[in-house]
Amino acid sequence: MQMPEPDAGVLARKARIVARLRAVLPVDAVIDAPEELRAYECDALTAYRCPPLAAVLPRTTEEVSAVLRVCWEEGVPVVPRGSGTSLAGGAMPTADSLILGVARMNAVLETDYENRFIRVQSGRTNLSITGAVEADGFFYAPDPSSQLACAIAGNIAMNSGGAHCLKYGVTTNNLLGVTLVQMDGTVVTLGGPWGEPAGLDLLGVVCGSEGQLGVVTEAWLRILPRPEGARPVLVGFNSNEVAGACVSDIIKAGILPVAIEFMDRPCIRATEAFAHAGYPDCEALLIIEVEGSEAEISEQLARIRQIALAHDPVEFREAEDEDQAKRIWLGRKSAFGAMGQINDYMCLDGTIPVSSLPHVLKRIGEMSRDFGLDVGNVFHAGDGNMHPLILFDANKPGDLEKCEAFGAEILKLCVEVGGCLTGEHGVGIEKRDLMGVQFSAADMEAQMRVKDVFDPKWLLNPAKVFPLEASAGRRAV
Amino acid sequence: MRPSSEAELADAVAGSMRPLLVRGGGTRTLGHAVGEVLETGGISGVELYEPGALTLVVRAGTPLAEVEGVLAGERQRLAFEPPDLRGILGREGVSTIGGVVAANASGPRRVQAGAARDAALGVRFVDGTGTMVRNGGRVMKNVTGYDLVKLMAGSRGVLGVMTEVSLKVQAMPEAEATLVVEGLDDPAGLACLRAALGSPFDVSGAARHSGRSLIRVEGMAGSVAYRVRRLIALVGGEVSLVEGESSAALWRAVRDVVPLQGRPGEVWRVVTLPTAAAEVVARIGGEALWDWGGGLIWLLAEPGRGAEVVAAVAGRGHATLVRGQGGPVFPPEAPEVAALAAGIRAKFDPRGILNRGMMG
Repeated sequence: MQMPEPDAGVLARKARIVARLRAVLPVDAVIDAPEELRAYECDALTAYRCPPLAAVLPRTTEEVSAVLRVCWEEGVPVVPRGSGTSLAGGAMPTADSLILGVARMNAVLETDYENRFIRVQSGRTNLSITGAVEADGFFYAPDPSSQLACAIAGNIAMNSGGAHCLKYGVTTNNLLGVTLVQMDGTVVTLGGPWGEPAGLDLLGVVCGSEGQLGVVTEAWLRILPRPEGARPVLVGFNSNEVAGACVSDIIKAGILPVAIEFMDRPCIRATEAFAHAGYPDCEALLIIEVEGSEAEISEQLARIRQIALAHDPVEFREAEDEDQAKRIWLGRKSAFGAMGQINDYMCLDGTIPVSSLPHVLKRIGEMSRDFGLDVGNVFHAGDGNMHPLILFDANKPGDLEKCEAFGAEILKLCVEVGGCLTGEHGVGIEKRDLMGVQFSAADMEAQMRVKDVFDPKWLLNPAKVFPLEASAGRRAV
Repeated sequence: MRPSSEAELADAVAGSMRPLLVRGGGTRTLGHAVGEVLETGGISGVELYEPGALTLVVRAGTPLAEVEGVLAGERQRLAFEPPDLRGILGREGVSTIGGVVAANASGPRRVQAGAARDAALGVRFVDGTGTMVRNGGRVMKNVTGYDLVKLMAGSRGVLGVMTEVSLKVQAMPEAEATLVVEGLDDPAGLACLRAALGSPFDVSGAARHSGRSLIRVEGMAGSVAYRVRRLIALVGGEVSLVEGESSAALWRAVRDVVPLQGRPGEVWRVVTLPTAAAEVVARIGGEALWDWGGGLIWLLAEPGRGAEVVAAVAGRGHATLVRGQGGPVFPPEAPEVAALAAGIRAKFDPRGILNRGMMG
C-alpha cells in the first residue's frame, strides 16, 4: 500500500509541534513517546502499520479547535480517530501526522424523549448510546457489528450501517446535526435537533466523508421507541438462486423485516464447526427477523412462511422462545470468528443489486478456484451489502497480495453489475486505488472540490479515499 | 430552453452567457432567482425499475404523477409522500421528480420513513460548468466516496441541474387507519401527537389542524387494528377512527396544506422542535397546520410578520416564506455555515449562473 512520503519539515519540527500542542492541552492529553504511539499505528486493518508523529486525546470541542489550529499553522496532517475499528484503514496514520483521538469525549450532553433525540460527544460508543436511553424504552438504530467498541465519530465518518438498516436506515438517516471543527479551528454547527437544514445539506456530505472535512466533536442523533418484541426465523435452501428469489419475493410482498441475513455453504460449514448453532447443512441460509407485538410478529412470520414454502426450502425454523432465537443468531454472529479460526481472512463489503445475487455468488465461486483461495459469503441480503470473507495465510509469502488481487476482482464485479465498492466500511486506504473503477475523473473531482472548501490545505486524513495520483496536486499545496 | 438529453443540457449550461433559472415543472420554486428558463421536462422516462429490490432509476424531468403511476402498478410508492404545493402556492404546471428531489419535498410520512433525501440513492447532474457528474448509485448501502446525493437533495438547482435520480421505494401497505382526536386545545393536542410518536406503535403520520389531531398507522391489517387499539388507550380524549381511502384523503389534505389554500395572508413553512410547536404559533399569531408531530408548521399569517417569525424560531429551527411579498424568503444561516455553503456553490458553479439569488 503506497502512502505519500512524510513531510521532512514536519518530522524535523516534531519537538516544537509537540511543545505547542502541550501548551494548549492538559498534560495527559499529548502522547509522543514511541512505545505509547505503537497503540495508534493501525486500526482494524492491521496489515498496514505506521506510528504517527504524536497523538492527542482532547476532552472538549475547544481543545480540539486549539489542536487543529496549531496543526493548521504548522502544516501537520491530522488523522481523526474514533475507536480505531475501521476495517478500511480510515484511521491509519502516516509518520508525519497527528492522531486526534476523541475517545475521552464520551459524555451524554442531552436526552430529549419528547423530541426524540440525544446529543452526545462523538467519542461515545455506538452501543452505549442505546445504553443511555434503553431504560426509558428508546434505542439508537444503526448497529454496526463493532458497536460495542466503535465510536459515533467513526460511524459518522464512515456513514456506518449494520444488520438492521433495512428498516431503520444507516447513520446518515439517523443523524440530525453535528458540531464540527474545521482544520483551521473554526467551530461550526451543521443541522440541529429539528432535523432539516436551513440551506444546503452540508451535514449530508460531512456524514461519510471519512474524517476529511472536519472533526466531529458532538452529534445530535435520532432515537426511536423500542419495538415491543422481535423474533428471527431461519430458512435453508438448496441453491443460492432460490434463496435470492425468496428475498426478492418477501420484499415485493411489502413485508419489511428489520434484517435479512444470508450465509452460503462455506460459511455455514465453518460456523457450524466453530459455534455448533445447529444450522442445516445446505447451500444457502437466510435469517429473517421481524418486529412488533406477539400478534404482529405472528402475522408477519405467517406471511414469510407462506412465501418461503413456495420456494421449497430444506428447512423453515421458527424460534419458539428467546433461547431458540439466540441460537438462530448465534451462527451468524460467530461467522467472522469462525472464519478466523480457519485462517487469516480479508472481509470485503461491496454492495450489489439484490437481483444480481446468484450471478455474483457464482462468479465469486469461479474466481475462488482460479485464485486458489477459499471464500465464504455472509451478508445483508435485504440491501445487497455483501461480506465475502477471503481466507489466506499471512505467513505464506505472496498470499496477502493474492488475496488483495482476488478482493479487487470481486469489488470490480460488484461495480460491473450496478453496485459499489463499499456499502458500510468506507474507502480509507483499502479501496482508495479502486475508486477509478466506480467513478470518472469528473465524478471524483466534484467530491474533491468539497474537500477544497472545508480543508483547503488538504491536511485532514489527506492520503485516503481518493487515488494518490488524483489528489497529488491538492496535497502538495 | 428545453434540452431533450443530458448531453444537450450540458452544452446549454456550458455555453450559456447568462444566468439560468432551472425548472422542473415550476410547481414548487421559491425565491426570486432570475434568468433564462432552463426546463428539465424534456429529459424524461424511467431508466430502470426493480420492484423486488425496491429501486427506481428515473430521468429527472419525468412527471411525478408518471412516477407514482409506474410504482402504483406494482403496488409501490414513494415513502416520503411528496406534497403537491400547487394549491398553496397558486401555481400551475407539472411537478417533476427532479424538482421533488431538488426541493427535498417530503410529506407527513417523513416522521417514520424519512425525507426525499433519505430515499435518494444516486444522482446524475450537470454542474455550473457543464460537466456531467455521477454520485451514489442504485443500491441501498453505498459509502463509496462523498455523499453528494444528500448535498444535491434540497439544493434547489444551485449546484447543478439533475438529469437522473435513483430512489428507494416502498411497498404500499395492506391497510391504513387514522385516529382523529378532538376536544383538546392546541398544546394538549400537540402533546398527544408527541406521545403517539414516542410509542412503539410505528406511527406514520402525526398532524393537527382545525382543532383535530390526526394519528396514522399503516401496515398489515391485523397489525393496524392492534396498534389502533393501543393508541386509542394511549392518547385518550374523544377519538374516532377513519380507515382506508377516507384516511388517505385526510393525509392528502395535510400533505398539500389544503386547509390554508386560497386564503389571504402570507404562508410560512417553519421547521422547529415539536415541543416548541404550540408556542411558536402563539407568538407569531395566525392559523397553523402542524405536521411531523409539530416539527413542521405551515402558518398562515398576516403580511409583514417576518421579524416576529425570525424571533420565534431563533435557536430552535428556521422558517421559509413560501408565499408572500416580504423577505428574506430563505432562512439566514450562521456566518461560518453560510461561508461553507458559498464556497461549495463557487466550486460547483464558478460563474454563479445557476438559480442566482436563490437560497441566501
